[in-house]
Amino acid sequence: MNVVVCIKQVPDTEQPIRVKPDGSGIEEQGLNWILNYYDEHAVEEALRLREKHGGTVTVVCVGPPRATEAIRTALAMGADEGVLISDPLLEGADHLGLARALARAIQRLTWDVVLCGRLATDDNAAVVGPALAEFLGVPQATAITRLEVGEGMARVEREVEGGAEVLEVQLPAVFTVERTINEPRYPTLPGIMRAKRQEIRTLTLADLGLAPSEAGAQAARVRTVRFDPPPRREAGEVIRPENPEEAAERIAAFLRDVAKVL
Amino acid sequence: MREIWVLADHAEGQLRRITLELLGKGRALADARGARLVALVLGHGVEHLASPLAEHGADGVLLADHPMLASYRVEAYTHAMTEAIREHRPWAVLVPSTANGRDLAPRVAARLGAGIVTDVEDLWTEGEQLMARRPMYTRKAVGIVAFVGEGPHLAVVLPKVFPPADRQEGRSAEVRRLAVQWEGVPVRTREVERREVRRERVPLTEAEIVVSGGRGLRGPENFALLEELAAELGAAVGSSRPPVDSGWVPHDYEIGQTGKTVSPTVYIAVGISGAPQHLAGMSGSKYIVAINKDPNAPIFQVASLGVVGDLFEIVPRLVEVVRRAKASG
Repeated sequence: MNVVVCIKQVPDTEQPIRVKPDGSGIEEQGLNWILNYYDEHAVEEALRLREKHGGTVTVVCVGPPRATEAIRTALAMGADEGVLISDPLLEGADHLGLARALARAIQRLTWDVVLCGRLATDDNAAVVGPALAEFLGVPQATAITRLEVGEGMARVEREVEGGAEVLEVQLPAVFTVERTINEPRYPTLPGIMRAKRQEIRTLTLADLGLAPSEAGAQAARVRTVRFDPPPRREAGEVIRPENPEEAAERIAAFLRDVAKVL
Repeated sequence: MREIWVLADHAEGQLRRITLELLGKGRALADARGARLVALVLGHGVEHLASPLAEHGADGVLLADHPMLASYRVEAYTHAMTEAIREHRPWAVLVPSTANGRDLAPRVAARLGAGIVTDVEDLWTEGEQLMARRPMYTRKAVGIVAFVGEGPHLAVVLPKVFPPADRQEGRSAEVRRLAVQWEGVPVRTREVERREVRRERVPLTEAEIVVSGGRGLRGPENFALLEELAAELGAAVGSSRPPVDSGWVPHDYEIGQTGKTVSPTVYIAVGISGAPQHLAGMSGSKYIVAINKDPNAPIFQVASLGVVGDLFEIVPRLVEVVRRAKASG
């Protein structure tokens, strides 16, 4: 059972994010970069598969050179090998371009299952997993909360509106995982020491046999043209309800009609 | 003018509300461009959906009605949808951001080499270009995205951002049937079970709703009140610093300068006075609802809705009201 995990390095979600005054991006200075939370769960699930079925866990990441730190986190957790796809020509690539690059790298490996986090907490896109499955020509299931692997087959559970569904999926396959699938382990000290020494292979688009017109900015079909700060809150009102019933009704009406979360 | 499509999501023979929301937005986009609005229906035994789709604004209804589409299976749905798009070349396709919409649309985009934007909160045109707005960085920033090229453009639209289309009784649409070729289409997933589940606790920093308690809760046992409300709302539970310092809740509950930064759609501050250290962690929330008996609490200066009153009386009743609202759908 060889598992490939696609990971991403993202800003820590617990930090404030500031948009650059010209809207060209976010201020990166002082940001703490971490392994995307959902991907941590994907790494954990891969390690559990290896413990149960044997085989290897390889992490693949697209990003700038600093993203090797996210790979080292995964290695320190116990992954066997790390691959970084890093190329300035990927600047301006869209998610399909990134998925193409990942697919090329994965096609060179021997694998049964590809795991991804359900989404990356920076762009929230949730596009790479299914796109990767398409480029690899295998089935997929997204946002899974349970994974059991049998002979040539996986049984997964995924959240759908108001419930859950259990699916049987033929392997090889791509799965994207929810945070509730497991509790990720902490890197151990020996793991951290080993991860520090470990060589991480870096691949460029040329190494993958991809032209910029296939995966770079030229290939992109969507482009983020501007970043804005989050919308400002509307001026609020303070009410003094006659009784608790009225207070509860007013709050519920607000949640339903204004915030639209009910 | 190339058509604008809405992928109709339906369950148990009924259109989901988000389909009506997308029809409303799709109608506006189509009118602005002088284009036809077409609803694409994938399923089996779905003919009866044509009439409600027409009554909610579709000029045309495309039916892919086949036993292979009886329940959602990614490969069958991807095949039917890409065949439909290849044959008719719509300019834009609005897809509901449901579990299956999010599963399907990126795969369709990959097969077609089409641009895709997810988590769309607004859509508009600038000249010939389709534009979308979406939240990023757990709602700490907003991205404005342009679709590049000729299309088809795939926009996966969040629920509840557009009002549902009004119903015009008797409005009709041209109904077309898609002849999908099924030979050689692999379907390697199979649904074996489906069941209702309660929503799992969501992580604080990614929750859409956060219910948070402060000193006003008076003791650890009263956090149960908030847990109950959070369970009804599918929310995460947090706190200001005093409950953490008093040992009522663990440190990972804390929101503020020494805790977590959250930016949910709604932050419900219960018995929280609103110290600047706390505001630093939650003022990025889209809406803030505050319940506090002290009318001079600083939290009221940042609240979208401030309620002066006794939390011990208000919260249990709010739980009841929310429960009733959910029961009546």
